[in-house]
Formats: sequence, structure tokens, C-alpha cells
Amino acid sequence: MAALSEGAPAGFAAPALGRNRVAVVLLAAAAVLTVAQYGGLLPAALHRVPESAVPPFAPMLDAAFNFVKDDLGLLALTRWLTEGLQWVLDVTANLLFGKRRWPNLGPIPWTAIAAVAGVVGYYLGGWRLALLGAGVFIWTALIGQWKDAMETMSVLVVAAPLAFAIGLGLGILAWKHRAVDAALRPILSALQTLPFFTYLLPAVIFFKVGPTAGAVATTIYAIPPMILMTTLGLQKVPAEVVEAGEMSGATRWQLLRHVYLPSARTEILVGVNQVIMLCLAMVVLTAFIGMPGLGAKLLSMMGSFKLGRSFEIGITIVLLAVMLDRMSKAWVVKQPVHHEKGTSWWRCHIHLVVGTVLFAAFCVLGQFVEVATEIGRRQSFSQGKLIDTWIKSFLAIDAVQAVTGFLRAFVNVQILIPFRNFLLSIPTPAFILAVMAFAMWLGGRRQAIVAGVFFGLVALSGWWDRSVITLYSVLSAVAIAALIGLPLAIAASRSERWSRRILLACDTAQTFPSFVYLIPAIMLFGITDIAVIFSILIFAMVPLIRYTVEGLRTVPAEMTEAADMAGATAMQKLWKVQLPLALPTMAVGFNQALMFAFFMVIIAAFIGTQDLGQELQRTLAGTDLGKNFVLGLCVALMALTFDLVILKWAKDRKRALGLD
Amino acid sequence: MKKTTTALVAGILTALPWAVMAEDSSDPIVIPVHNWSSQIVMSNVVGQIFEEMGLNVEYVTTDSQAVYESVRLGDVTLEMEVWEGAFGASFRAAMEKGGIVDVGDHDAVTREDWWYPMWTKEACPGLPSWEALNDCAELFQTAETGEKGRYLDGPVDWLKHGQERVEALDMDFVVVNAGSAAALWAEIGAAEADQKPIVVFNWTPNFAEAVWPGEFVEFPTWVDGCDKDPSVGPNPDALYDCGNPADGYLKKAAWDGMEDKWPSAYAVLEKISFTNPQIAEMARLVDVDELEPEEAAEEWLATNEDVWRSWVE
Repeated sequence: MAALSEGAPAGFAAPALGRNRVAVVLLAAAAVLTVAQYGGLLPAALHRVPESAVPPFAPMLDAAFNFVKDDLGLLALTRWLTEGLQWVLDVTANLLFGKRRWPNLGPIPWTAIAAVAGVVGYYLGGWRLALLGAGVFIWTALIGQWKDAMETMSVLVVAAPLAFAIGLGLGILAWKHRAVDAALRPILSALQTLPFFTYLLPAVIFFKVGPTAGAVATTIYAIPPMILMTTLGLQKVPAEVVEAGEMSGATRWQLLRHVYLPSARTEILVGVNQVIMLCLAMVVLTAFIGMPGLGAKLLSMMGSFKLGRSFEIGITIVLLAVMLDRMSKAWVVKQPVHHEKGTSWWRCHIHLVVGTVLFAAFCVLGQFVEVATEIGRRQSFSQGKLIDTWIKSFLAIDAVQAVTGFLRAFVNVQILIPFRNFLLSIPTPAFILAVMAFAMWLGGRRQAIVAGVFFGLVALSGWWDRSVITLYSVLSAVAIAALIGLPLAIAASRSERWSRRILLACDTAQTFPSFVYLIPAIMLFGITDIAVIFSILIFAMVPLIRYTVEGLRTVPAEMTEAADMAGATAMQKLWKVQLPLALPTMAVGFNQALMFAFFMVIIAAFIGTQDLGQELQRTLAGTDLGKNFVLGLCVALMALTFDLVILKWAKDRKRALGLD
Repeated sequence: MKKTTTALVAGILTALPWAVMAEDSSDPIVIPVHNWSSQIVMSNVVGQIFEEMGLNVEYVTTDSQAVYESVRLGDVTLEMEVWEGAFGASFRAAMEKGGIVDVGDHDAVTREDWWYPMWTKEACPGLPSWEALNDCAELFQTAETGEKGRYLDGPVDWLKHGQERVEALDMDFVVVNAGSAAALWAEIGAAEADQKPIVVFNWTPNFAEAVWPGEFVEFPTWVDGCDKDPSVGPNPDALYDCGNPADGYLKKAAWDGMEDKWPSAYAVLEKISFTNPQIAEMARLVDVDELEPEEAAEEWLATNEDVWRSWVE
């Protein structure tokens, strides 16, 4: 917590004075309780909520689920939906990797898909994107991962449009009806903070193990940003445009279809980009519930200690992500082309024609040349073993071992473990009071009360110790990420070129499937807290760096010029002008870093932790829906508390600085 | 595509006599695959045998514990590797609920216990006896465990009782739980780099034997009741004061509707039995020769025709 509060300036504006005093009182109360605990004066019931006082949330939730599932017939409904979804997935599965289902045409040769991707790339962004589009698919085929990649894609091509359609529909509804908006908002924030393991189990129970559950979990995961972007875009449509539409006598439907949606095109397409990226991130993680494809392959490669090939799969996922990201962004920028009247049909649709011809040609070729259809393991160019030896020889370097040995002996034993033990030693009520003090100080009374309620619920869940350990990993990782990331971002923001480079690195790091980070973490640091924190910190550093760079670079030029004219040194300018002005944006980055850390800490259970993630992973193997939800909610409640407080602070601060 | 066509044609040809005899359903037999190689290859081997018989087969990736629930419900038709130690409990629980049947054991036996890679023995020559291991405890210490040695146990949910055993036998070890099998291998791999002694949870048959030769630690021999009756085993007041059974079963299980729906496939499944070397060979094809599981299964079927022909006929 100390690390978090460092972000705030000491002397806050006048209206906060009373607030600060309350915060200090709360903190003092927490300190008194803690000291009392150390002195052995505190009754046990005040140290931890006694087992007998923990309400049976899990059985209650289970009963509620069973009621909805069986008595209200939701299971029958979802199983019926599953059939439909299964049918669609079977079609894509047949086309992409030749699953024996209707229409029994596939698999489409990889050469044909690569050619089409090239043409689409060319249409959207010229030669560079064409090269990227075709190149990614050629790489995938040559490295021998075609089938796995297509298994993943077969779900992605269903889940992404589904998420888009649902998100767009809900977004429009939320924009039209205030009530829908009000009802959706809390659900959306909860969805965005719930750990993904919590999406997975209900998906399996309601939609059957395998691709259907994977598709459903992926879709749900990707919907929220689409709703938000749609609403945002529609709200921004200028009144004049709408009036013009009304004057030409458009009906409500026409108004929506021909006026609102085209005007909100950019935001909607940004939403599409987000949907695609989230879908890809999630579809890999659904390997945990038996979704075949790249994610499952990655898990099994990691399970048999094939670092080189895990790494190659990681690269394939990154390449796919980069390609989809670049293409959808190019689509955002690209304005619709209007041809002159009288242009022949094929000239208007030249890309469509070329694409179709190439597609057909390669399909025919694939009938005769087997290599053009699929490349087996033996013909592929995978270099797994070579990379294995590289990684092993890197780890054997004495300097590397000395550094990791030192980090283990010093950071882990001297700092991290004592910090964890300290957090665990604080009595529950004192902990809640301290969190409330923090919320009071940064946010205000409302935030403090919400924080108290949220953490109170966590305490009542009966998973307090595990929640504290989760929080400990998150806070340590974000603090270390800030120590490394902030200086890096500040240095990079000084030049245009370096800013661009570091942002590109951030983009790439973010598309890497999160659990690829786990193996190097274990190999470097063993199964220890530091390995867990290391894997989280790589992931959490990305938003920190990105928002810091953006915050610093968007400081108004007048301000920095004024500082220059006043004769400020570079250091003074940075500390007195740029950082204070960038702080609200940086706080948003901080918040994102925390959210990412809460996401990653759950995956880090794979290394070996004693936190909520470990219990969550355990529930996946069973049908313990109630427990799964309680654990997921603990994570979500803690994450939401930070989210509320920090965003409130950033908003207040922005207003105070006149940046809004 | 060509390959599948030829396989199909071959399948139909060989299946002709069968098609007359058996009235197996044409619905696909759903075979679950998990995330370790021998199981994936074995499932593919069995799947390809069924395809040879003219049946339809489909593979689904599932969790290895949750699969028993799926078998019970008929979502999945069979399970090729039921390990006594790892999945015995889930299997028995599903048996009690009904819907799943025991289709007999493989010849192969399974063993799960404390294990060390060979280089450890150089530092601690008294191994594999557990007393010798305990005397070398300081060799296994890490920054976090202080004076005591570290024993790396499997994930907590595997319920391997490492902690109980350390207490029961009064050993100078701290038990640390890995989060996954991958984490275990990563630790062994890291220890391999500088030949550091390490003792971890491991099992056989397993690909790791081929990558890192090693041995199991010999604990007091398993006696029935060691996990239920404190008086059994060397420590009269504690449970888990013996090693795990050195010859655990490896079973096949199936959905109880399988016999009616695919009688001939079920008959074959009953006869199928793999040995430890055969399973190791399957794992080797994938883990060392780096074949894809389907290819490994084709390869295994081609070189071991005499073995599996007898099951089909």
C-alpha cells in the first residue's frame, strides 16, 4: 500500500483537508489494533473472522445456481443453444482443419488462406500489410503448427463476430435507454475484474466441455469493451448530423442504420479491434477447459518441458495477434472508397476478384500437391531443440546464476517474505481500516465506504489469508514494476523515436500469451514468490510504461515552453511541470497495471502459490461452482476497490488541473 | 488430405468383415486426451485401431480429473489411463455415482514417489535409501528453506501427502508444492544446468525418465492401511510413514453405455493392454523424436502390428 500512496502529492487541495484527517484517524485505529495484536491483547475473533461466523456463501451460491440451472431450466436452454453453436463451430472446424462434419469440404489448404490474407492485407494497408498477412500464415504452416492454429481460429472466427454483434446490440440499447445503461455498468466492471477462471467453469457446466464452452467464455470475455465503445461512439455523434438525417425524413431505424452507426464508425471499429485482441488472448487461455488449439498445445509442450517449442508457439500467437491488430486498425483508418459512376463491376471489386481467384487456384493446387495443403511435423522447420539448448546455456552462465541467486537470497528472503508475513500478521479489521484510510485519502467518503464493504465481504468469504497473499503478490509486483518501468518510460518519452519503439515493445509484450512468461520465471527463480512476482511484473509493466509515455508526451506544449522560459533545468521541468501534469494519466496506467496484475496472479498459480489462484485452479477440475464464484468474487472485489479509488482520484486531479 | 483418404479406404476395406458382424453405432466414439504425451499417443493408437475397424472416432481435450464426470455422463466414451495414485479417487467417486465401468488393467504398473535425477546420487552416494537422503538434507537446502532441505512436491490438489510423510518420519525437509507438472520439470531443468542435487515428486511411466535418468527414493515399503491406520509402518503414531505402492494399477474405464452402443469396440477395449516399455516407447516418439501425437500413433501401430492385431482378431 505504501507503494501506491507514493503516487499522490503530499499537499492536496483545500477541500481534501478534512478527508485527510479522517484518513489519519482510520490509519491510527488500524495501527492500534495491529499493535494490540502483537501485544497479544486482541481477542482471536478480532484477528480473523472466526470460521463459525463465515456465512456459507459457497453452498448458497451453489443452491442458487442449481435452482437457475435445473428448476428454471436454464441448463436445458443453454444445452439447446450449445447444439446450435456446435453446428456453427463444426462448420468452421471442417473448413479450417477438416473435422469430419458437414459440409465436409475442408481443410482449406494453407496456401489458399495465406493468399487471401495477403490480398486482404493489401486492400487494407498496401504491401506492408499484405506481407504481414501472408507471412504470418506461411510462418505458421512452415513451423508445423497449422492445425493447432486453425483449431484456435475456428473458434475465434465464431466468437469474435458473436461478441461484436452482442456488444453492438447492448451498446445501442444502453445508449438509448438510461435504465439499461445503469444496469449494465456495474455488471461490466465486475466482468472486467473477475478472474478468467471464473468464466471458465460456468461455461463448461452450461455449454459442455470443449470448443463450445471455449467459444462462450471467449465471447463473454470480449463483449464489455464493445459495449463501451459503441455507447461512446454513439454519444459523440454531432447533433447537426442527426438533424440532417431527421430533416430528410429518416425513420428511427434508418436514422440508426444510416446516420448514427456510420458516424460512430471509428469508435465501433476500435471496439472491433479490442474484441479481436481479447478474443485471441482468451481463446488461448481456454486451453484450461479443454479447448484444443495453440493454447492446448502450449500447455502440453510446457508440461513436457519443451521450452523451444513452447516459445515457437508463443511467437505464432504473437504474430497472429499483431496481424489481426494491425489489420483491424488499418480498417479503422481506412475510409470507404467511392468509385466514379460507370466503373466496371470487377474494377470496383478488384480485391475481391483477385482474392477469389487466388483462393480457388490454391485450392485446386492443394488437390495435387500435398505440401500445399498441409505440412506435417517431419517437413516443418521447427527449431525447438536448438532453442532448448540456447535457453539452457543461457541459464548456465555464471553471471545469470549469480544475479538470480542474489535476488533469491536478498529480495525474496529479506524483503518479499517479511512483507508477506507482515501483511498476514495484521488483524483483519485493521487491514480493512487501512484500506479505507487509503480510499478516503485518495478518493473520498463514498470510496472509503465502498472499500470497507468490499473488503468486509472478502473477510466474510472465509478466504482472507489467501486474499491477502494474492494482494501481496499484486502489490509487490506493481511496486517493482513501477521502480523499473517509470524511469524507463520517462527516459523514453524524451524522444519521439524511443517513445515509438517502447510502445511497440509494450504492444508485443501484451500480445504474448501470458503463461509463456511462467516458464522462464520458474527456471530463473525456482518455485518461489519471486518467480510469481517476476511473471506478474513483466505483464504489469506494460500499461505503466505506456500511460507514462503517453501522459508525458501529451503535456501541453505551452506548459513546457513556459517552464523553459522561466529557466527551469531539465530536472526541474520534469519534476515541477511534466510529472504533475502527467500524473492523472499515469494513475490510469497504474490502475491498469493493478488490474493486469490481478489477472496474472491467478495464472501464476501454475508456478505454485498459496493464494486464491491456486484454489481457483483447483475448482476447475470439479463442478464446485459456488466455491469458484466466491473465490472469483474475492479477486474482483479487491480489484474493483482499487479501480474505483484510483480512477476517482485521476478524474478529480484532471479536473483540478484543468486537463479535462 | 490424401493421407486421410488412403487411411479411410484402407479402413473401409479392413472393416468389411467387421461391418457384417457387429452392429456398432456410427456415432463417433469420443476419446479424451489430456496434457501428457503417453496418454495422448495411447488415445490416438486406440482411436486409429477403432478407425481401422470402420468406426468413427473423435478426440476431445479434457481435464484429467474432470474427465470421469464426462465419462459418467456419456459426453466422453472412454478413458485409457486411470492412474491409481493420481486419479483413483476421482474414478472411485464416479463409480459410486454410476455410469462408468472398469474395463480392466493394463499390464503396466505405475509408481509415484519421491525421485531424484542421477546426478544427485554423486553428491549423496547413500541413495536411494531414505535415511541416506535425510542425512544429506543440507545438500537440498535453498535460500528459502534455511537449514533444511527442500522437497518439491506435486501440486497441492494431487494430494501426495509429502508434508505428512516428512512429519511421520521426522525428516529434515521442507515441502514446497509446485503449481503444475511444468513447474516440476522447469525446476529439474534448472538444477540440471549446474548439476545441483534435487529431490522432487515424480512418477513412472513418464517422459522424464528418458530426459533425465533417475531413481525413486526407497521409503519403508508400502503396507496396506499405511494411510488409514497409524500403527502400520515404522512410526506407530503416524499415518503416511511408508512409501507409495511400487506397483499401482493403470486402468481403462468406459461409459457404461459403450458396450451396447459399440459392442465390438468395447470387446477390443477389454483386450487392450499396454506394458511399461510400450508406454515409454509412445512417450519417447513424441517427447524425444518430436513427432506429432497422430504421427507417433501411426508409427507405433506400424512397428507393433503383432501386438495390436491380436486384440482386434
